[in-house]
Amino acid sequence: MLTNKRLILAHFWLAFIVFGAALVLGAWQMFVRSPLNAWHFNPEFYYRSVTAHGSAMGYVFPTLVAMGFGYAITESALEKPLIGRRWAWAGFFLVAIGAVVAMIPVSLGLASVLYTFYPPMVGNPFYYIGVVMVVVGSWIWVALMSINMAIWKRENPDKPVPLAMFANVAGSYLWGWTAVGAALEIIFQILPVALGLRSTIDAGLARVFFSWTLHAIVYFWLIPTYIAYYTIFPRAIGGRLYSDAMARISFILFVVVAMPIGVHHLFADPQVGAGFKFMHSVFTGLVALPTLLTVFTICASAEIASRLRGGHGAFGWITALPWQNPIMLATALSLVMLGFGGAGGLINMSYQLDASIHNTQWITGHFHLIFGGAIVIMYFAIAYDLWPHLTGRALESFGLMRTQLWLWFIGMIVTTFPWHYVGILGMPRRMAFYDYANPAISPQAFSVVMSAVGGFILLLSGALFLTVLIRGQWADNSEAGSYRFAIPLHMPARIPAALNSFGLWLALMIGLTVVNYGYPIAQLMVLKETNVPAVYVGAGR
Amino acid sequence: MSEQPLFSFRNSWFATSVGVTAAIAVLAALAGLIWLPLAQPDLKLSGIWDAICSAAGVPRVSSQGNAIQPDFKTSNVVMTSEMLTKPNQVSIGRGATLAQRCAICHGPQGVSDANSPNLAGQFAAVTYKELNDFKTGARVNVVMSPFAATMSDQDMLDVAAYYAYLPRVPSNNLDPKVAAPAIVTIGAPMRNVPPCGACHGDIDNKAGSPWLGGQSAVYIKAQLHAFASGSRRNDISQQMRNIARQMTSEEIDQVAHYYEAQP
Ligand code: HEM
Ligand SMILES: [Cu+2]
Repeated sequence: MLTNKRLILAHFWLAFIVFGAALVLGAWQMFVRSPLNAWHFNPEFYYRSVTAHGSAMGYVFPTLVAMGFGYAITESALEKPLIGRRWAWAGFFLVAIGAVVAMIPVSLGLASVLYTFYPPMVGNPFYYIGVVMVVVGSWIWVALMSINMAIWKRENPDKPVPLAMFANVAGSYLWGWTAVGAALEIIFQILPVALGLRSTIDAGLARVFFSWTLHAIVYFWLIPTYIAYYTIFPRAIGGRLYSDAMARISFILFVVVAMPIGVHHLFADPQVGAGFKFMHSVFTGLVALPTLLTVFTICASAEIASRLRGGHGAFGWITALPWQNPIMLATALSLVMLGFGGAGGLINMSYQLDASIHNTQWITGHFHLIFGGAIVIMYFAIAYDLWPHLTGRALESFGLMRTQLWLWFIGMIVTTFPWHYVGILGMPRRMAFYDYANPAISPQAFSVVMSAVGGFILLLSGALFLTVLIRGQWADNSEAGSYRFAIPLHMPARIPAALNSFGLWLALMIGLTVVNYGYPIAQLMVLKETNVPAVYVGAGR
Repeated sequence: MSEQPLFSFRNSWFATSVGVTAAIAVLAALAGLIWLPLAQPDLKLSGIWDAICSAAGVPRVSSQGNAIQPDFKTSNVVMTSEMLTKPNQVSIGRGATLAQRCAICHGPQGVSDANSPNLAGQFAAVTYKELNDFKTGARVNVVMSPFAATMSDQDMLDVAAYYAYLPRVPSNNLDPKVAAPAIVTIGAPMRNVPPCGACHGDIDNKAGSPWLGGQSAVYIKAQLHAFASGSRRNDISQQMRNIARQMTSEEIDQVAHYYEAQP
């Protein structure tokens, strides 16, 4: 029962418009730093572009998708209109205005600090203010998700919270808490310097705060995808979810162990002690657990669907799956990319191996494969699945959808495999110039060209995606029925309180954050010698 | 659905999840803060508390007293890019007189026929630094060291100014057609060797790097081998020793002949 369709559509449309624009920048970046370009450009534009691309793709796009999808889940899973409609619109406009406020200084070249902020580089204050507005807007959503679930639970004391809503709230809590790290960094460290109140900054502490956000933000991006795996995919292929409890445990594990592991982004940093790096590594190992649970549950759900359709044999059932169905295709391609990306992640998380790929193009290859690939392809699937219910018009171009999904997959592989490879050869990330005439660098030229070609395939796929949605706006009216989520094989009549509420898990999440981050942060805050002079970006122009 | 209160150790979800999480955290802390640091002999820890502080990253002041002193002298000249770039006529005049004693090896016009370095047109800062290093013993040479020993700081400044004032004269082996070897133009990035030209003039000139054009090939080779073997070590921060060690003998031959043929 979707009542606030315009609210949800507004989130998705803005998300996909931002995505389309950032995709163009991405393809341009791929091109200009490849040997295909004859070097006639101002390298400063490259950093502006990377800042805009990263901020849009990392902060604005997934946040809007999670928010829009969250509102859709609330109304359809709880079967009642969203409570706090005005607040939701306020959150939406905060995100939208924040994105514009942030992008103006970036496009003027006043804040080319890249989306990871990288203090002691400091840019124009409006960039950071814009980012904070985006975050505050999303916090409104966090509060609304929590309130809606609480009220529903009070009205339905004997029913378990529907899985989709439970997972959605898990994602919102994860985001609410992980965003605190970057918010502290911006508000207490960067903004005072950007506003000219202070001229030094503790760059090491800033990086620790950012790592607090950086790891769990990737799981915030991931949660809509996992919700789609668990609650859309089995229904879309005519099967059932293998286990409802397993799903809840996965989301709970994300809430608990996604947070206290961010220092694995700081393996090469001197300001964090080796002991804490080790503790974060241990929990990093644990975070593979929910993903393994998920892969197992999803494959089992697919097998159930296939056998219901008459599939048989140890592997024969795979051919009986409805491969024509875009959701089936997207999920399978997503899992393949998740597998490759996860293998790369294992290398990143091991202290010694990371040393050889840290800050190389391998890292960018890694997160594009896993975020741009495995996760975003499911955002497409979510949009395809939800659109008819939002617009009241059918999406009929299934062939186009399949082409689009395949192109995204192929483009992502063609882009990211060579990207990983040049990283192993030592190509540093985040540079505008590479002199491919240099004999030491020339062996990388071919791979970089391949990546750039992949970038254009992705651009084409992105254009097709928008085409499908736009065509959908002109299709004939058709009643799509109420929006449903997958039903588990065994519908639990009662479930333990632990799997139906978050108090315990939030306590563990915050407790582990304090244990793993408390000392490194406190120490850097106490030490005065760790401040360095800020480097103002875009000053003196 | 609230059979057992959730926040109670009698609720098995609570007991298990809190217990397992705490156990993992404690084991990880024990391993990361105590066991692993103690297992590394290089850390030279004096006990458990020391191990914890070291692994937690508590900053510790290292005592200057323990620093190992080198058993040879290092250059004490502080190079800046502005140094001795404004010639002074009086100084040049005094230098001309003082340089009479140098002429027997370095030539009356600062150009040598004896494989001693040519000094005409050399940067004043470079000549001054070498004289100073001979005087302090950072660079040793049986002929030069006694000369430098008796020179005052002003003498060295004057001689350096005089030689910088003399025009460069091309050597007898001048041949502008000799192509620059790769090590001069692009270096050897995989061996951490920057291009010679980045400091010695073809591409850029860095403070303290001598002009090499027209210098005797025998002299250049001898110096590169001396840097590589460590018998010469007055280069600041091992700039030349790190490079010369990475160069092959062919490359040393190539650069020696290339620079000799340059103006
Ligand atoms: C098994 C799962 C994963 C592991 C163990 C892992 C590990 C890591 C590590 C250790 C780094 C830092 C490497 C370095 O800078 O030297 C890294 C970078 C990154 N990862 Fe992953 N990762 C995993 C999954 C993901 C997922 C699911 C996403 C996205 C949704 C993601 C996105 C990123 C991003 C954006 C960066 C770079 C951040 C930056 O700009 O500095 N990773 N990953
Ligand atoms: Cu991470």
